Amino acid sequence: MIQFQNVHKWFKTLHVLNDVNLHVKQGEVVVVCGPSGSGKSTLIRTINKLEPINEGRLTVDGMDLLSKKTDLNRLRAEVGFVFQQFNLYPHLSVLSNITLAPIKIRNTPKKEAEEQAMQLLERVGLAMKRDAYPTQLSGGQQQRVAIARALAMKPRIMLFDEPTSALDPEMIGEVLAVMQDLAKSGMTMVVVTHEMGFAREVADRVVFMDHGVILEEAQPEEFFRNPQHDRAKQFLKQLLSPMH
Amino acid sequence: MDLDFQVIIDNFTYFMIGRYPNGPLGGLGLTMYLAVVSCILSFFGGLILGLLSLSRYPVIRYPVNLFINTIRGLPLLMVIFWMYFLLPALMGKTVPESQTVIMGLTVFTSAYMSQIVRAGIMGVPKGQTEAAISTGLKGWQTMLYIILPQGMRNMIPSFVNQFVSLIKDTSLAFIVGVSELTHVGTQVNNRTMSYPTEIFIFIAAVYFVLCFAFTSFSRWLEQRLAWRKSI
Repeated sequence: MIQFQNVHKWFKTLHVLNDVNLHVKQGEVVVVCGPSGSGKSTLIRTINKLEPINEGRLTVDGMDLLSKKTDLNRLRAEVGFVFQQFNLYPHLSVLSNITLAPIKIRNTPKKEAEEQAMQLLERVGLAMKRDAYPTQLSGGQQQRVAIARALAMKPRIMLFDEPTSALDPEMIGEVLAVMQDLAKSGMTMVVVTHEMGFAREVADRVVFMDHGVILEEAQPEEFFRNPQHDRAKQFLKQLLSPMH
Repeated sequence: MDLDFQVIIDNFTYFMIGRYPNGPLGGLGLTMYLAVVSCILSFFGGLILGLLSLSRYPVIRYPVNLFINTIRGLPLLMVIFWMYFLLPALMGKTVPESQTVIMGLTVFTSAYMSQIVRAGIMGVPKGQTEAAISTGLKGWQTMLYIILPQGMRNMIPSFVNQFVSLIKDTSLAFIVGVSELTHVGTQVNNRTMSYPTEIFIFIAAVYFVLCFAFTSFSRWLEQRLAWRKSI
């Protein structure tokens, strides 16, 4: 479904992705973790070409991201993206945030798009907020609307870039619950997160990155019980007991 | 100092609409006509220039920015003169003075408006564009449905400033003999000779009322368009 082959990326002289090889199969949930500046956000942003890669090969759902023939808008319509800062449209109601893309791109009739949007809002538990504006919602609610907005395009892949990092602790659970539910439905997901509980319960695989290199790739059980790499051991230790 | 405003009352219709309907529109009517038409044209002119100046293609961006910066570096009077002499030469026929003035005001104001548009667009957080293109929206759709509606709200106060300037700048039409409010004022002054103070107090008051009404209207509009401030 998503295949990185010897992918490199530089920001000027900074080597942010260094020979990345990764294969995400259909229906798989992959959690990417690592210290800040490790390139995990850049990695996930290359999948829908918010960041272009400089070298190597990257195919997503059969589309070659370096090929000029690839229809980027079509690719992005197939790939949902959820941001750390939600990025809901502040000038549109919750319902319009969700229906905009289906109406404009899929040419879905307004009424049908709204019905589908309502189903998605039910699913994320926010049907009563349909007419609210984003700033009237809590962070956790905004992020759930953002997930519904991404799902409205019926994507084949969902990408999450630190979806809970900007949230107050008591709101993290409600967002993770929606994501877990989505994973159970068989969605292909790549999730950048520090929520190790989520990784342990939901992920099929955990990828550990540092300095643009994938250092470790393992099943969550294996990764948490017996990390191979020193950097991974240190990272996990710091996550579990941040005071030391 | 005794002021005698009888001269205003005697010439009131002339101040307001010139010789209309027996002759061409003049006075305040013409001032408003020049301002409104130039305002509408330079709104679109500014929008187009602003968008082009942000184009990702240097072939478009560079000449547009050169044009904008050239215009911004010239006095408005110069631009009006240009149009006055250039436009008939280009068109190969005479162009009514009021139209050359509208062209001059439009070109000049568009250049300034483009900078407002540009700043308004760049003021919208990058995450909005990323969110929009991530759902598959095309570049122009993102601009139309996501960026401009948010940017426009930031642009309104600056737009209003620009339009108030525009209303006052129409007085420069006087120089090429267009009988707008200021020109009519000097005409009446030359004819009657003895009331310059009264006449120009009156002219100043009319400009003030016009500009103030417009500013108040825009404040009302701003509040109506207000949505809750986002992150």
